[in-house]
Parts: sequence; structure tokens; C-alpha cells
Amino acid sequence: MKFLSEYRDPELAQEYVKELHRITTRPWTLMEICGGQTHSLVKNGILDMLPKNITMVHGPGCPVCVTSVSVIDEAVWLAEQSNVILCSFGDMLRVPGSKKSLLEAKASGADVRILYSPLEAVELAKQNPNKQVVFFAVGFETTAPANALSVVHAAQQEITNYSILASHVLVPPAMEAILSDKENIIDAFLAAGHVCTIMGMEEYYPVAEKYQIPIVVTGFEPVDLLQGILMAVKQLEKGVFEVENQYARSVLREGNLMAQQTIQKVFEVSDRVWRGIGSIPQSGYEVNEKYKSFNARLKFNIDIPFAEENKECISGDIMKGLKKPKQCSNFGNKCKPEHPLGAPMVSSEGACAAYYHYSVASEDVTINIF
Amino acid sequence: MTDTTTFQLSCPMPKFDFDVITLGHGSGGLLTHRLLQSGVFDVLKNELLDQQHDGASFELNGRTAFSTDSYVISPIFFPGGNIGELAIYGTVNDLAMCGAAAKYLSLSFIIEEGLSMEAFWTILNGIKQAVNKSGVSIVTGDTKVVEKGKGDQIFINTSGIGIIHPNAAIHHNRISVGDKIILSGNLAQHGIAIMSKRQGLTFETDIVSDTINLNHTIKLLLDLLGNKIKFLRDPTRGGLASVLNELAELRKLGFVIEQSLIPMDEQVEGACEMLGLDPLYVANEGLFVAIVAADAADAAIELLHKDANGINACIIGEVTATHPGKVMMKSSIGGHRIVGYLTGEQLPRIC
Repeated sequence: MKFLSEYRDPELAQEYVKELHRITTRPWTLMEICGGQTHSLVKNGILDMLPKNITMVHGPGCPVCVTSVSVIDEAVWLAEQSNVILCSFGDMLRVPGSKKSLLEAKASGADVRILYSPLEAVELAKQNPNKQVVFFAVGFETTAPANALSVVHAAQQEITNYSILASHVLVPPAMEAILSDKENIIDAFLAAGHVCTIMGMEEYYPVAEKYQIPIVVTGFEPVDLLQGILMAVKQLEKGVFEVENQYARSVLREGNLMAQQTIQKVFEVSDRVWRGIGSIPQSGYEVNEKYKSFNARLKFNIDIPFAEENKECISGDIMKGLKKPKQCSNFGNKCKPEHPLGAPMVSSEGACAAYYHYSVASEDVTINIF
Repeated sequence: MTDTTTFQLSCPMPKFDFDVITLGHGSGGLLTHRLLQSGVFDVLKNELLDQQHDGASFELNGRTAFSTDSYVISPIFFPGGNIGELAIYGTVNDLAMCGAAAKYLSLSFIIEEGLSMEAFWTILNGIKQAVNKSGVSIVTGDTKVVEKGKGDQIFINTSGIGIIHPNAAIHHNRISVGDKIILSGNLAQHGIAIMSKRQGLTFETDIVSDTINLNHTIKLLLDLLGNKIKFLRDPTRGGLASVLNELAELRKLGFVIEQSLIPMDEQVEGACEMLGLDPLYVANEGLFVAIVAADAADAAIELLHKDANGINACIIGEVTATHPGKVMMKSSIGGHRIVGYLTGEQLPRIC
């Protein structure tokens, strides 16, 4: 299988590391947008291989982490309705709501199913005509096309017992929110490769121009990340700010037009509350007027009180890159994956969980066993 | 993997009165009697079972190991085996990890009413095949039937006893700095075979479970290397990471492994990537971890490579004085990471 090994080639990785050490003359702070990138950086031990004056901060690109407590409460409420099968991507299940997580709701008897694709939920609705099947449609622009497509399929087949609880979030508004924050410390971005596969790169040119910041669209394998970091640092050292594409094997400048059309067919851009960051205008997708009969919020008339987030969790500072997970006083003691205070400790893409599971930054790493 | 060519059913499926298991089959009455007579006893017959008493009586000589496990796997039929074979191999292997050759097993079914007779028959024959292959006898058992919705088709419990190899000295206390960590074959094979057939997760692969008995392989290892084999464990639920973490914690030593040395089937590796699962936490069957004295490690590998269950065996790491209580992995590109315990169930990632 040649789609993994060449992107994990130790010699190539070492070459990039050497080149980074050679060209870096000043301290730089880079933010990788996507939680998948954070995960890969930590899992492969890349952070320890970078020059000391390059700091990676971990952006808001984990859909699990940025989904607000209130939305989790909505999902739990839906799951607890007697006639509902609530379907979700796996790692949303452990995220704490204000009272409980979906996993706890499941343990108390709610019918919660883990699926890999929303199209499976449509099938499930077909097989269970007497039940209401709701898909918990979270994620960035990456998961939006498939979620939209599930609605289109259900509409075409006149399946009336299917709906989605949409909580989509969009990357460019979040980047702008971070850049316009007066405490911003970010010198360059590694944009999320999968998001750009769908949406293309056009949205990033005005951002790079306005904030004079290099943006490198980057993949997820170790060699991708090292090359993306190298491309960004090269720009910083030269004093330029361009949008570049490291992940050209997947990302076209215009993106995937068919996927974009599907999104536009079903969703409209809306304001969205981000966990830890707050409300960002025009930063999410909601089901549009035409498909409103597939909007679970309207269908079930969900009306539950707005829930405050756990004040002890500093997820906002983590996701804006102002603090590292290990700088949180609750990290590893009051807050662990088995009892998370906030979402970044839950998801495998969450910065806190990634540090908790894999990071050896504070350890002695002189290992040479063979 | 099931070798179907070595085993032929001695008789066709018996004519039962029902197409499915009903509550009556667990009542202890006539239906139970028929199910046992023309099913279980006939298929699994041996001298001790044939006594059809409340328990089995026998004599044992030597130090004895005793183990029990319950099998609740879904789906009950998977590529490379079924719940019946798993229930036998699982307990045989747990005993093997104690250095014991399994001898007698108990077998208990908890069946959800509605299970088809055909499925039950197939499972029973899987059990027979596993029993023959492992060289053990089922000597006592039980059958209960629960109402529809109170179980998940069929649950099986097996317990077993076996005589410990005279040269075996397996205990985590014996693990010391410098010992080598051996993995007997490809990682994550079983878990991914199961995942590939779970509802809603069908993807095209020919990955099959590695479920198999390890008792004969372990005997060969102990015959040759005796107390140089310091510890054995099959990394079933929780996977390799959990086994190593338990040992690191118990012994307050470091367990350092190297990613590039861990044997994995390419398809399994790809499936793990696609599903967002870390193979270190995926369940295995028919696989074991051996902690072996450094001077015996090469001999162990040489022996394993000649055995069908150890063709892909590798030294994947060693026990160190540094990083006490922790499992470390050198990544394939040269970085390092901690390998921690799995928290709860391993949940697939969003994207």
C-alpha cells in the first residue's frame, strides 16, 4: 500500500528537519488549523524534532472541540426522545454537555448509534419507518457535503423520518477571529488540507493579504506537515505572505465544485457559537429554508435553556493558541480523558487529549534501543 | 484463521423440531434434552462429557492453571471464525499465557431466543473444530435461553484448567531491564476483521481474524527456552498498548517499542488509517507478547519463524530503566511519543 509509506519516509522527514534547522534564524509561531494535524504532530513526535525557536500552536480545527455545550445538550435531548434514533460520528459521544454526554445518555437507554457516514443514517431511516432518525451533523466544511447529500437523498426518496441536527463550522471566519484578536501571536498558518480539498484556496488569498500572513495548505502525514512548516518558515524568513499549496495531491485551487454545490443546495451560512471562543458571525452552516423539514431543530421544536460552559476549562485560550495544554492548571489532574472538563480533552483531535496521550515534550527522550 | 480443509462434519445438521432456539430450549425440559442430546453431547463427545453428570470428576498431576472468560462478540460470525471458535481459543490461550497446556474446559451458552438452529449448529461445529485443534476436552457445561431483547444472539462462557509446563516460570516480577519485547505476529488483525463486518461499516477487504490456539506454539517455546521466557500475554481487548502499560506500571520499568518494527499487514494498516483507529489499541486473537531474556530473544524468534503462528514474529522493543512506568514509542520518522492507556472505548474520528 503505497499511500502511507512515502509520506512517512524517515529520510525525507530528516531532510526537512535539517533544512528547517538551517534556515530558521528567528523565533516564529505557527498555527496548524486542523485537529488532525495536531494529532499527527504529537503522535509522530514531530514537535520535538523542530528547531527550538519554532512554536506550533494548535488551532480551532477540531469539530468536536468547538461544538458548544448547548448543541451537545440539544443532541442529548433528541436522543432521549422515546421515538428517536440519534446517529453520530464516534468521537462526539464522549463530549460532556451541561448535564451529560451522549455516551451517558446511551448507557441510560437512549438509542445512540455510531456511524461513519450520514448516508447510513438515511438507510437506517428507511429500515425504521416508525422511528425518527436524526444525524448529528457536526464538522467543518469537510463533512458538510456528505451531510448535505444525506438530506438530498432523503428528500429524493421522500423519506420523512430523517432529519439532521446541524452544527457545522467554517474555517476562514475562525482564522479571522484569531487574527483580529488583539492578543494574536500567530505568524503563519498551516491551513487544513481536507477543508481545502472541498472549498479550495480562494477564500484564503484575501486573509493572507489583509493580515499579511503566510498560509500554507498542508496535509496530515508526517512528511506533509514537515514540508508545510518548512514552506511557511521559508516565507517568514523571506518576509513574504503568500497562499501556497503543500497538499497538491488532494487540493485544487477551486476545490471540489460538485461538493460545494451540494453544500449550497442544503445549507445557508449562519452565525455560530464556538466552544471556548464565543459567537462568530457567519461562521457556520444551518439547514436552509428549502430543506427545513429536515432540520431537527425545527422538526422537534427543541427549546432548551442555553448552557454556560465549564468555567474551569480554558479551551478558548487553547484554541486561540494563547496557552498550551500543559499550561492549564487542570491538565492531567482534574481534567483527563476519562473525566474531561472540556472538549479538547475528549476528541482524539483535541489539543489537550493529544498532549495527554502522546506528548513527551517534558520527558527525557534519549531513547536509542537498537 | 480457520483451516476448513482439515475438518469435515461427521454428520449433517441433525433434524431439530424448531428452526430457531426458543425459551423452551433453556427450560431444562424435553426441548433442552433434545438440543443437548442431538446437538452438544453428540458433537463434543468424550469420556467425561458422556457421563452427563452435574460436573466432571478427574485427576490432575502437577501445578495447575485455571482461567475463565466470557465471549459477547458482535457479529457472531466474522471473517476467519465465529464466536464458538473464539470461546475455545480464548480460554486455551489464556491458559497458555500462564505457561499451561489447557486440558479440560467448561462451556456455557446464554442464547437469546430466536437464534437460528443453523447458526447454533455452525457455532457448535466451530467449537468442535477448535477443541480438536487445541487438543482439549469440553467436560461440563450449561445452556440458558433468555427472552428476545435480553441478549445479543448468543453469549458463551468458557473456563479451563491446564497443567503448567515444568520449565515455565512466568511472572511479571521476573521482567528486568534489557529484556526484549517480542510480538508473535501481525498486529490488529482480529479487531479490524471484526470492524470490517460491523453494521454499516462494510468495506471490501480480505482481512481475516487471526483467531487460533497458541498452546502448541507456547509449549515449543517453553521446551526450548524455559525460564528465559519471563512473561506471556495475549493482547486481546485493549490491544498491545494496554498490555505494555500494565507491565510498565506493575514493574515500574520503561517499555520502549519502535513503530517501524511492529509487524502489520498493509491492508490492516490502511483500514486503521481509514477508520481513525490506532492499531496499538485494537484487539487481537491468536497473537501474543513475550518478554524474553535478551540472550534468548534471537532463539525465540528463530523458533517462532518456523511455527505457523509465529511467521511474522519480531522483536519490537525492550525493557529499560529510563521512563519508569511508561510505554514509549519511537515513531517511524524518528520522533517519540508516549503510548498511554486507552480511555473507554476507542471511538472512530469524525474526519
